[in-house]
Amino acid sequence: MKRARLATPASFTVTLFAILSVCLPACTSVAPWERGNLAKPHMALNPSPMQSALRSHQYGSREASSGGGAAGGGGCGCY
Amino acid sequence: MTQRIVTFLCAVLAFGPLQMAFAAEVGREAPNCALNAIGDAKAYGLKQFKGQVVFVDFWSSWCGPCAQSFSFLNELHRDLKDRGLQVIGVNLDEAAEDAKAFLAAHPANFTVVADANQQCAKDFDVKAMPSSYLVDRNGVIRHVHLGFRLEEAKAFRALAEQLLAENTERK
Repeated sequence: MKRARLATPASFTVTLFAILSVCLPACTSVAPWERGNLAKPHMALNPSPMQSALRSHQYGSREASSGGGAAGGGGCGCY
Repeated sequence: MTQRIVTFLCAVLAFGPLQMAFAAEVGREAPNCALNAIGDAKAYGLKQFKGQVVFVDFWSSWCGPCAQSFSFLNELHRDLKDRGLQVIGVNLDEAAEDAKAFLAAHPANFTVVADANQQCAKDFDVKAMPSSYLVDRNGVIRHVHLGFRLEEAKAFRALAEQLLAENTERK
Protein backbone atom coordinates (compact mmCIF):
# COMPACT_ATOMS: atom_id res chain seq x y z
CA MET A 1 0.00 0.00 0.00
CA LYS A 2 1.29 3.41 -0.93
CA ARG A 3 1.48 5.86 1.97
CA ALA A 4 0.48 9.48 1.42
CA ARG A 5 3.48 11.83 1.54
CA LEU A 6 3.51 13.96 4.67
CA ALA A 7 4.72 17.55 4.46
CA THR A 8 8.25 18.04 5.81
CA PRO A 9 8.56 20.11 9.00
CA ALA A 10 10.40 22.87 7.09
CA SER A 11 7.72 23.35 4.45
CA PHE A 12 5.08 23.20 7.15
CA THR A 13 6.83 26.03 9.03
CA VAL A 14 7.12 28.11 5.87
CA THR A 15 3.43 27.63 5.09
CA LEU A 16 2.49 28.52 8.66
CA PHE A 17 4.60 31.70 8.56
CA ALA A 18 3.12 32.62 5.17
CA ILE A 19 -0.43 32.24 6.50
CA LEU A 20 0.40 34.20 9.67
CA SER A 21 2.06 37.02 7.72
CA VAL A 22 -1.01 37.27 5.47
CA CYS A 23 -3.13 37.64 8.62
CA LEU A 24 -0.84 40.26 10.19
CA PRO A 25 -2.16 43.31 8.27
CA ALA A 26 -5.54 42.69 9.88
CA CYS A 27 -4.01 43.38 13.30
CA THR A 28 -3.89 47.13 13.02
CA SER A 29 -4.58 49.57 15.78
CA VAL A 30 -7.06 52.42 15.36
CA ALA A 31 -5.26 55.72 15.81
CA PRO A 32 -6.72 58.08 18.45
CA TRP A 33 -7.78 60.56 15.74
CA GLU A 34 -9.62 57.87 13.77
CA ARG A 35 -12.16 57.19 16.50
CA GLY A 36 -14.78 59.68 15.32
CA ASN A 37 -17.29 56.95 14.48
CA LEU A 38 -16.66 55.16 17.77
CA ALA A 39 -17.42 58.40 19.58
CA LYS A 40 -20.96 58.62 18.21
CA PRO A 41 -23.64 58.15 20.88
CA HIS A 42 -25.16 55.10 19.18
CA MET A 43 -21.76 53.34 19.35
CA ALA A 44 -21.68 53.50 23.14
CA LEU A 45 -21.86 50.14 24.90
CA ASN A 46 -24.23 51.71 27.37
CA PRO A 47 -26.62 53.99 25.46
CA SER A 48 -28.24 55.41 28.59
CA PRO A 49 -25.93 55.43 31.64
CA MET A 50 -28.54 57.20 33.81
CA GLN A 51 -31.23 54.62 33.07
CA SER A 52 -28.93 51.66 33.64
CA ALA A 53 -27.67 53.20 36.91
CA LEU A 54 -31.27 53.52 38.13
CA ARG A 55 -32.08 49.99 37.02
CA SER A 56 -29.04 48.52 38.72
CA HIS A 57 -29.94 50.46 41.88
CA GLN A 58 -33.45 48.99 41.77
CA TYR A 59 -32.06 45.55 41.03
CA GLY A 60 -29.64 45.79 43.93
CA SER A 61 -32.35 46.69 46.42
CA ARG A 62 -34.70 44.00 45.13
CA GLU A 63 -32.27 41.12 44.76
CA ALA A 64 -29.73 42.06 47.43
CA SER A 65 -26.99 41.80 44.80
CA SER A 66 -25.29 44.20 42.43
CA GLY A 67 -22.85 44.46 39.53
CA GLY A 68 -22.30 42.28 36.50
CA GLY A 69 -24.84 44.18 34.45
CA ALA A 70 -22.52 46.03 32.07
CA ALA A 71 -19.10 45.89 30.44
CA GLY A 72 -16.51 48.64 30.60
CA GLY A 73 -14.56 50.16 27.72
CA GLY A 74 -15.45 51.31 24.21
CA GLY A 75 -16.09 54.86 23.08
CA CYS A 76 -13.78 57.46 21.64
CA GLY A 77 -10.86 56.81 23.96
CA CYS A 78 -10.83 60.48 24.90
CA TYR A 79 -8.99 61.25 28.06
CA MET B 1 15.19 29.37 1.04
CA THR B 2 13.42 28.69 4.34
CA GLN B 3 16.17 30.52 6.19
CA ARG B 4 15.74 33.57 3.93
CA ILE B 5 12.02 33.69 4.54
CA VAL B 6 12.48 33.37 8.30
CA THR B 7 15.14 36.12 8.22
CA PHE B 8 12.79 38.37 6.24
CA LEU B 9 9.95 37.80 8.71
CA CYS B 10 12.24 38.50 11.65
CA ALA B 11 13.38 41.72 9.96
CA VAL B 12 9.77 42.80 9.46
CA LEU B 13 9.03 42.18 13.13
CA ALA B 14 12.24 43.86 14.30
CA PHE B 15 11.95 47.04 12.22
CA GLY B 16 8.21 47.44 12.60
CA PRO B 17 8.44 49.64 15.71
CA LEU B 18 11.05 51.93 14.07
CA GLN B 19 8.50 54.69 13.60
CA MET B 20 7.96 54.66 17.35
CA ALA B 21 11.68 55.19 17.91
CA PHE B 22 11.56 58.42 15.89
CA ALA B 23 8.31 59.61 17.43
CA ALA B 24 8.16 62.99 19.10
CA GLU B 25 8.77 62.93 22.82
CA VAL B 26 10.06 65.18 25.57
CA GLY B 27 13.60 66.36 24.82
CA ARG B 28 13.36 65.78 21.08
CA GLU B 29 13.01 68.41 18.39
CA ALA B 30 9.40 69.01 17.36
CA PRO B 31 8.59 67.69 13.87
CA ASN B 32 8.25 70.40 11.23
CA CYS B 33 4.68 69.66 10.27
CA ALA B 34 3.10 71.04 7.14
CA LEU B 35 -0.33 72.35 8.16
CA ASN B 36 -3.09 74.19 6.36
CA ALA B 37 -5.65 76.70 7.44
CA ILE B 38 -9.11 75.10 7.60
CA GLY B 39 -10.91 75.59 4.30
CA ASP B 40 -8.17 77.49 2.48
CA ALA B 41 -4.73 76.83 1.13
CA LYS B 42 -2.70 79.01 3.50
CA ALA B 43 0.17 76.80 4.62
CA TYR B 44 1.91 76.77 7.97
CA GLY B 45 5.06 75.01 9.10
CA LEU B 46 5.89 74.56 12.78
CA LYS B 47 9.45 75.78 12.15
CA GLN B 48 8.14 79.25 11.31
CA PHE B 49 7.29 79.73 15.00
CA LYS B 50 10.86 79.12 16.16
CA GLY B 51 11.83 81.72 18.73
CA GLN B 52 8.38 81.53 20.29
CA VAL B 53 7.03 79.09 22.84
CA VAL B 54 4.48 77.00 20.93
CA PHE B 55 1.51 75.23 22.49
CA VAL B 56 0.37 72.58 19.96
CA ASP B 57 -3.04 71.12 20.75
CA PHE B 58 -4.49 68.26 18.67
CA TRP B 59 -8.30 68.21 18.64
CA SER B 60 -11.34 66.81 16.83
CA SER B 61 -14.96 67.91 16.61
CA TRP B 62 -16.26 64.62 18.08
CA CYS B 63 -14.05 64.79 21.16
CA GLY B 64 -15.89 66.05 24.27
CA PRO B 65 -12.84 67.12 26.32
CA CYS B 66 -11.59 69.10 23.28
CA ALA B 67 -14.73 71.25 23.43
CA GLN B 68 -14.06 71.90 27.13
CA SER B 69 -10.45 72.82 26.41
CA PHE B 70 -11.28 75.63 23.97
CA SER B 71 -12.17 78.21 26.62
CA PHE B 72 -8.89 77.41 28.40
CA LEU B 73 -6.93 77.75 25.14
CA ASN B 74 -8.62 81.08 24.38
CA GLU B 75 -7.67 82.28 27.85
CA LEU B 76 -4.09 81.09 27.39
CA HIS B 77 -3.86 82.91 24.05
CA ARG B 78 -5.34 86.12 25.48
CA ASP B 79 -3.05 86.20 28.54
CA LEU B 80 0.26 84.97 27.15
CA LYS B 81 0.42 85.93 23.45
CA ASP B 82 2.19 89.19 24.25
CA ARG B 83 4.87 87.29 26.15
CA GLY B 84 5.59 85.14 23.09
CA LEU B 85 3.25 82.15 23.37
CA GLN B 86 1.79 80.82 20.14
CA VAL B 87 -1.25 78.58 20.63
CA ILE B 88 -1.95 76.31 17.65
CA GLY B 89 -4.98 74.04 17.52
CA VAL B 90 -4.40 71.24 15.02
CA ASN B 91 -7.68 69.79 13.78
CA LEU B 92 -7.75 66.09 12.89
CA ASP B 93 -11.29 65.77 11.52
CA GLU B 94 -11.72 63.82 8.33
CA ALA B 95 -14.34 66.29 7.04
CA ALA B 96 -13.56 70.03 7.18
CA GLU B 97 -17.31 70.73 7.57
CA ASP B 98 -17.31 69.01 10.98
CA ALA B 99 -14.46 71.26 12.12
CA LYS B 100 -16.22 74.38 10.82
CA ALA B 101 -19.46 73.48 12.64
CA PHE B 102 -17.47 72.88 15.83
CA LEU B 103 -15.68 76.22 15.49
CA ALA B 104 -19.02 77.98 14.98
CA ALA B 105 -20.20 76.55 18.33
CA HIS B 106 -16.85 76.97 20.11
CA PRO B 107 -15.13 80.06 18.67
CA ALA B 108 -11.34 79.99 18.77
CA ASN B 109 -9.27 83.17 19.01
CA PHE B 110 -5.98 81.30 18.60
CA THR B 111 -4.51 79.88 15.38
CA VAL B 112 -6.49 76.87 14.15
CA VAL B 113 -5.05 74.71 11.40
CA ALA B 114 -5.92 71.40 9.79
CA ASP B 115 -3.72 68.35 9.40
CA ALA B 116 -5.46 67.00 6.32
CA ASN B 117 -3.38 63.85 5.81
CA GLN B 118 -2.81 63.25 9.55
CA GLN B 119 0.95 63.25 8.97
CA CYS B 120 1.55 65.74 11.76
CA ALA B 121 -0.37 63.56 14.23
CA LYS B 122 1.73 60.58 13.13
CA ASP B 123 4.97 62.56 13.47
CA PHE B 124 3.98 63.69 16.96
CA ASP B 125 2.76 60.15 17.76
CA VAL B 126 -0.49 61.48 19.22
CA LYS B 127 -1.72 58.97 21.78
CA ALA B 128 -4.99 60.51 22.93
CA MET B 129 -7.51 63.18 22.07
CA PRO B 130 -6.85 65.92 22.98
CA SER B 131 -3.04 65.91 23.23
CA SER B 132 -1.00 69.00 24.02
CA TYR B 133 2.69 69.60 23.37
CA LEU B 134 4.73 72.50 24.72
CA VAL B 135 7.61 73.41 22.43
CA ASP B 136 10.27 75.81 23.70
CA ARG B 137 11.92 78.69 21.85
CA ASN B 138 14.51 76.34 20.37
CA GLY B 139 11.90 74.03 18.84
CA VAL B 140 12.38 71.27 21.44
CA ILE B 141 9.37 69.47 22.92
CA ARG B 142 9.51 70.11 26.66
CA HIS B 143 6.18 68.88 28.00
CA VAL B 144 3.43 66.56 26.78
CA HIS B 145 -0.06 66.37 28.22
CA LEU B 146 -2.79 63.88 27.33
CA GLY B 147 -6.46 64.72 27.73
CA PHE B 148 -8.02 67.76 29.33
CA ARG B 149 -8.85 68.36 32.98
CA LEU B 150 -9.04 71.90 34.30
CA GLU B 151 -6.69 71.36 37.28
CA GLU B 152 -4.07 69.68 35.08
CA ALA B 153 -4.49 72.40 32.45
CA LYS B 154 -3.68 75.02 35.09
CA ALA B 155 -0.47 73.15 35.94
CA PHE B 156 0.34 72.98 32.22
CA ARG B 157 -0.18 76.73 31.95
CA ALA B 158 2.37 77.21 34.74
CA LEU B 159 4.84 75.12 32.70
CA ALA B 160 4.17 77.33 29.66
CA GLU B 161 4.86 80.44 31.74
CA GLN B 162 8.07 78.84 32.98
CA LEU B 163 9.20 78.24 29.37
CA LEU B 164 8.33 81.84 28.47
CA ALA B 165 10.48 83.02 31.36
CA GLU B 166 13.48 80.96 30.20
CA ASN B 167 14.08 83.23 27.21
CA THR B 168 17.24 81.43 26.10
CA GLU B 169 17.13 81.00 22.37
CA ARG B 170 20.09 79.22 20.80
CA LYS B 171 21.55 81.09 17.86
